[in-house]
Amino acid sequence: MTIQIVLFHLMPYADLDLEAGRKNGTVWVKLPNKHFDPEKGHRLYNRFLDELEYGEKLGFDVIAVNEHHQTAYGLMPSPIVTASALSRKTTKVKIAILGSALPLRSHPLTVAEEHAMIDVISGGRLISGFVRGIGAEYHTFGVNPTFSHDRFHEAHDLIVRAWTEPGPFSFRGRHYEVKYVNLWPRPYQKPHPPIWIPSQGSKETIDWASHPDRRYTYLQTFSPAKVVARYLKMYRDTCQGYGYSAKDSQLGWAVPVFVGADDESARRAAKPHFEAFRNVFVKMPLEMLLPPGYTSRESMKNVIKAKAQMFGDVSIEQAIELGLFVCGGPETVLRSFEAHFKEMRFGNLLVMCQFGTLPADLTRANMERFARDVMPGLRALG
Amino acid sequence: MTFKDEFVEVDGCRTHLRRGGEGKPLLYLHGASGAPVIQPFMEKLAERFDVLVPEHPGYGQSGEPEWLENIHDVAYFYLDFLKQLNLKEVLLVGTSMGGWIAMEMAVRDCSRLSQLVLVGSAGIKSPDAEVADTFLMSPEEAIRALYHDAKIVDTLLALPVTPEVVDMQLKNRHTTARLAWEPRFHDPHLPKWLHRINVPVKIVWGEQDRIIPVSFVDEYKKHFPKAQIHIVKGCGHLPPVEKPDEFVAIVCNK
Repeated sequence: MTIQIVLFHLMPYADLDLEAGRKNGTVWVKLPNKHFDPEKGHRLYNRFLDELEYGEKLGFDVIAVNEHHQTAYGLMPSPIVTASALSRKTTKVKIAILGSALPLRSHPLTVAEEHAMIDVISGGRLISGFVRGIGAEYHTFGVNPTFSHDRFHEAHDLIVRAWTEPGPFSFRGRHYEVKYVNLWPRPYQKPHPPIWIPSQGSKETIDWASHPDRRYTYLQTFSPAKVVARYLKMYRDTCQGYGYSAKDSQLGWAVPVFVGADDESARRAAKPHFEAFRNVFVKMPLEMLLPPGYTSRESMKNVIKAKAQMFGDVSIEQAIELGLFVCGGPETVLRSFEAHFKEMRFGNLLVMCQFGTLPADLTRANMERFARDVMPGLRALG
Repeated sequence: MTFKDEFVEVDGCRTHLRRGGEGKPLLYLHGASGAPVIQPFMEKLAERFDVLVPEHPGYGQSGEPEWLENIHDVAYFYLDFLKQLNLKEVLLVGTSMGGWIAMEMAVRDCSRLSQLVLVGSAGIKSPDAEVADTFLMSPEEAIRALYHDAKIVDTLLALPVTPEVVDMQLKNRHTTARLAWEPRFHDPHLPKWLHRINVPVKIVWGEQDRIIPVSFVDEYKKHFPKAQIHIVKGCGHLPPVEKPDEFVAIVCNK
């Protein structure tokens, strides 16, 4: 069973006035949208879609889009739009939505419908990711974060039933009620598209995703390598607790990657763009990231204690050291993944080849080097 | 004046209650920052009233019942509280979110109330102003925004932040979000029924309130045309804490 390699994209507003982003403290929620230039946006969206389509030619197994609202960090408030565009321009590659933010939607049934459409149009190539949405998005939409977990679970249950149970049937939950659940179209894949769960690390999410009734693929995203290892191990241990052994395909790691000609030139080229990604695009105040009820109070206390490290600037050197960023010549990058794979045995590797302000030429070169010089070695693992 | 510190069980919720003084009952309903300790204004009021200072369900040392989902739940809880403790002719005083709870109680049932005192109250919208977004404030920013007097801010910021304090802040913030995140600090249906309140109303507001601006008073005047209006000068969102003597005099006057 070889590793499945995913090309993941955030589609940031790469032409952002970084100084304006820095001065505002964050690019999320309230950075005025006058800073978005539709001309530049037009070029960026089409460039990024080109990059993802190129991923199919380069041999990636999956191309992935993502959902974020009202932020320069990611320009896909609707990943349905970008996944739809990709489903017509590609023929074989799988298309992953990582993920639809279920609690932010007024009605989860619309998620079930949209995903089903893409699955049918693409001939069964969709991977459905479900997330709760970033804390900032609860400030944006006014959805109550103290109900975030409840809404997520109920929405998930409604979506899976809508996909699998013959309609019409009625659904009466605490948060959602539908008198006639009767999905047209029904999804292409049986029983339904695979469900993946991206996470920043959560015992509750692991307990739920790994349950024998579900066995959803769990993706640890954008965390230091030590943290990734910890949570992937936690998933495996939880499966054991349920009475089964996790397959490698149930685990995934998402990480930004830059492959240069050699270590030194890779770092030099990536430095300003990675640091912009990490220190301008990602950043937001604690209260914005974690509104009350979004995460448990125990977790909040740990975050408050780690605040200085978590919310301060990170240099490219620190990021590489921590395994937050895999960067170097092809040898270094491959060896890094080999070492991590030995420890974590992730069946899915999600690489983000464009980050922050990284321009088109460097992104393509990155993707090409990765596909030519790293991917074959990764295929040999697993 | 010593306050008795006890717990009462109402609607299955273990409720922390401080009670002191003698006379007609005065029920003080705190706001989002809670009522962890007895304040000087409570002691002054206890010279004239039987003062009850509970911590709402979900706040401080009180329990977190399953049924606690919205402001209406808190209103019914407190109506049951009045009934269970057999309180009559209650002077109902509420600050900020406490004022919102007080209005929700009073539109439903005034029979055990003698008067309503609304202090920097949440609960209705204003066409001219918005409630400050306290959910985006750090604890330090929130303290600065609450008070007009810089000396009070400095004193509070100098207090040690113990794990117990952090625990309580997280708990209180969670409940406040539960009750007031959306719609934000107001009930769209409440203004329709404020006319049902048939006890005298006093409205007290800090002129320099930066959480719920003083212009909200104009909106309240429309619903309570006969209310006594008291604007407290040189004062922020919490007149009972910043101007205790003036506040107590307002509560005690006819």
